Amino acid sequence: MLPRALTTTRRAYASHPPKARLNISTDYSSTPLLHHSAKSALANKELSAEARNGTTQRINLFQAINSALAHALRSDQRVLLFGEDVAFGGVFRCSMNLANEFGDDRVFNTPLSEQGIVGFAIGAAMEGMRPVAEIQFADYVYPAFDQIVNEAAKCRYRAGSNGDAQSSGGLVIRMPSGGVGHGALYHSQSPESLFTHIPGMRVVIPRSPTQAKGLLLAAIASNDPVIFMEPKILYRAAVEHVPAEAYTLPLSTAEILKEGKDVTIISYGTPLYTCQSALEAAERDLKCSVELIDLRTVYPWDRQTVMSSVRKTGRCIVVHESMVNAGVGAEVAATIQEGCFLRLEAPVQRVAGWSTHPGLAYEKFNIPDVARVYDAVKTVLEY
Amino acid sequence: MASKRAFGLLEPLAARRTSRSELRRTTQCQRRWSSVSQRPGSDRVHFPGAVNSKFTTALAFTRPAELEAMPTYRILDQEGVIVDKSRQPSDISSEEMVGLYKHMVSVSIMDLIMFDAQRQGKVSFYMVSAGEEGIAVGSASSLSPNDPIFAQYRETGIFQYRGFTPHDFMAQLFATTDDPGRGRNMPVHYGSTKYHIHTISSPLATQIPQASGAAYAVKMQNMHNPTDEQRVVACYFGEGAASEGDFHAALNIAATRACPVLFICRNNGYAISTPTLEQYRGDGIASRGVGYGIDTIRVDGNDILAVREVTRQARQLALEQGGRPVLIEAMSYRVSHHSTSDDSFAYRAKVEVEDWKRRDNPITRLRKYMESNSLWDESQEKELRSEARKSVLDAYRKAEKEKHPPLRSMMTDVYEELTEEQIEQMQKMKKMVERYPNEYDVTGYEGGLDGMNVDRR
Ligand SMILES: Cc1ncc(C[n+]2csc(CCOP(=O)(O)OP(=O)(O)O)c2C)c(N)n1
Ligand SMILES: [Mg+2]
Repeated sequence: MLPRALTTTRRAYASHPPKARLNISTDYSSTPLLHHSAKSALANKELSAEARNGTTQRINLFQAINSALAHALRSDQRVLLFGEDVAFGGVFRCSMNLANEFGDDRVFNTPLSEQGIVGFAIGAAMEGMRPVAEIQFADYVYPAFDQIVNEAAKCRYRAGSNGDAQSSGGLVIRMPSGGVGHGALYHSQSPESLFTHIPGMRVVIPRSPTQAKGLLLAAIASNDPVIFMEPKILYRAAVEHVPAEAYTLPLSTAEILKEGKDVTIISYGTPLYTCQSALEAAERDLKCSVELIDLRTVYPWDRQTVMSSVRKTGRCIVVHESMVNAGVGAEVAATIQEGCFLRLEAPVQRVAGWSTHPGLAYEKFNIPDVARVYDAVKTVLEY
Repeated sequence: MASKRAFGLLEPLAARRTSRSELRRTTQCQRRWSSVSQRPGSDRVHFPGAVNSKFTTALAFTRPAELEAMPTYRILDQEGVIVDKSRQPSDISSEEMVGLYKHMVSVSIMDLIMFDAQRQGKVSFYMVSAGEEGIAVGSASSLSPNDPIFAQYRETGIFQYRGFTPHDFMAQLFATTDDPGRGRNMPVHYGSTKYHIHTISSPLATQIPQASGAAYAVKMQNMHNPTDEQRVVACYFGEGAASEGDFHAALNIAATRACPVLFICRNNGYAISTPTLEQYRGDGIASRGVGYGIDTIRVDGNDILAVREVTRQARQLALEQGGRPVLIEAMSYRVSHHSTSDDSFAYRAKVEVEDWKRRDNPITRLRKYMESNSLWDESQEKELRSEARKSVLDAYRKAEKEKHPPLRSMMTDVYEELTEEQIEQMQKMKKMVERYPNEYDVTGYEGGLDGMNVDRR
């Protein structure tokens, strides 16, 4: 089980310099990206009327995942939950109590084999179940790559008119991803762009407990197979008011988190908090107005929301943790360049991990920080 | 060595030096191919897929549950007494035995210190090998120091046996400039060219087919250089890892290519929280070796003398007839938590662990044997423990103050040379630090800001 050590920030690797003004750790208790009151949580227009009229619970991201899983298991017999160490609650506690409540026919440990887990899940989906397969870390999804790329993504297409009965719709592959300060090569990766290259898979990355719950329920309800990447640093760090009722949030729909006039910042998952801090500093120091967009689903992505924002602001920065080369930022930047060329006041900037591996001692210099995003805002404004 | 190997590669592969046993194998292969047709009246199957199976009219499924489990070889019982008096531990001097003991104790002492160090926030992560020291040290003692090793992560005893000093361990654990991994890997992911141990990689089981390939390389090199020491490859993994596809691929390819590799499975009963009952239903991992046509043995992992003897004979076997794989399943119990990130009492009872600890342990077993044979006493024990502790703590205190490697190590070694893109990225990052000096702390890295300098060619 790697939760505590991999989700706390007391480690020397993650502390910030004494005089830092920008690169200070996110204050999750005050960030506007989380709902600090029930009122703000329930004001969310994307919620169903039922959820909006209900109550909230103040929970963190792993609890939100747990709540979504519990709801799915309770409301739909077809839902199954399995993976390595899932039965006792999972190494990040996402499946806590679920085996007890729903029985080990539906919530169970698998042998240690990712290709087995995903292949098994695809087969169960093809025969009408709604399996939620857990990969213990996104870094360990690669043995399942063949099953995902050649099978899950293609089975509807190859079956043609048999597709309704032979697709892998209903399949969700959950995996914790992203840096935590000291995860090094194999407990830090964000391999989303390997999957965004594959038509057929939806790739979803929530930024908060509220988003995690609604998007996961939408993923389980979706008739397309979904890769659901959970930023593991947020499992414990991100705490907010989450609607207590079950609700879904739309897939393949971006969300404008803050409106602005001069610069659009596009991101998803954990770096949104970095972007929020950077834009607050930039608006203060540089007298500008910044728009912040959460892609939420990185593929198939909400091109229209992004392009209409950039047509308005004329400046755009894409931020993600994983390597800049052939990352999601490359796709977004190319689309903007094709769709908004005449409106651009500056080249699209990408602030992302460098073209290297996440070495233990170097994470602070590799994962985009507030200063780098701030500097990118400055660059596009001064261009 | 390197030049010899290079020369070997330039030689035609069907070299003049093809051994007689190699020829025998080739003819066996041919016979298998030419005899696939069914002879009339034969009482045996001659299908290409199963060449020596008797026909039967009794319809009976083979039921693994009804088969006797593979036995577990041991020399010492739990009290450290030789079970079969007619079979004394062969091939080991008193000094060597005491040496094995010291290695096990040293590892266990470092484990205690580093587990606490993690709790105090000094290192980010640690994994102990409590209860399994005998498997690593015992098997390593029967290998040639030149045999390449591929390990998982709970085999610190191998590094200890081959010569790692406290300084070597601490350099990796604290990611100092002396860490050959250049501060890139999580703690306990050691590696050493000097000691022929490939760097530990977290993804489970990936090392197992690599070991088969490495053994094939070694087989070719053995063949090209028949007067040199003939080597094997040793590969360690847990019973959990053995569920990965890579394990199965590894055994099958090693069997078909007759690779001199020792597959050494540490079966400690758990893969994080998952007990073996949910990991597999067959007779352990050993039964799989048989399925792949591999010579297999199960051994009591708490009996270091048994592990050593089994590995010694397995190594000989692996070199017979040009080479072949051997599977060793060493039984033990993971008395520790999986790692510093785990609290195992969330999924197993504390008494279960306490029971095991009390009942059996490779260190106390050997100690009892040595004491009853007057090879060891209480004062030696005290001295060993205090010395081991002191040398670990000395190295720890030094390493704690050391710097990380220079910041350019973030980018180097992805390719043999930095790419043009990486050079630009490094320069961008350096400019960031210069432009926003308060936002970054480079003092913990060798050379500080200058450590980010890279050549623009
Ligand atoms: C491919 C892959 N999947 C999952 C993990 C996460 N993980 C790390 S150790 C471990 C259990 C391994 O058990 P076992 O092989 O029995 O070794 P032990 O820890 O018992 O020594 C798991 C699931 C991983 N490292 N790699
Ligand atoms: Mg194990």
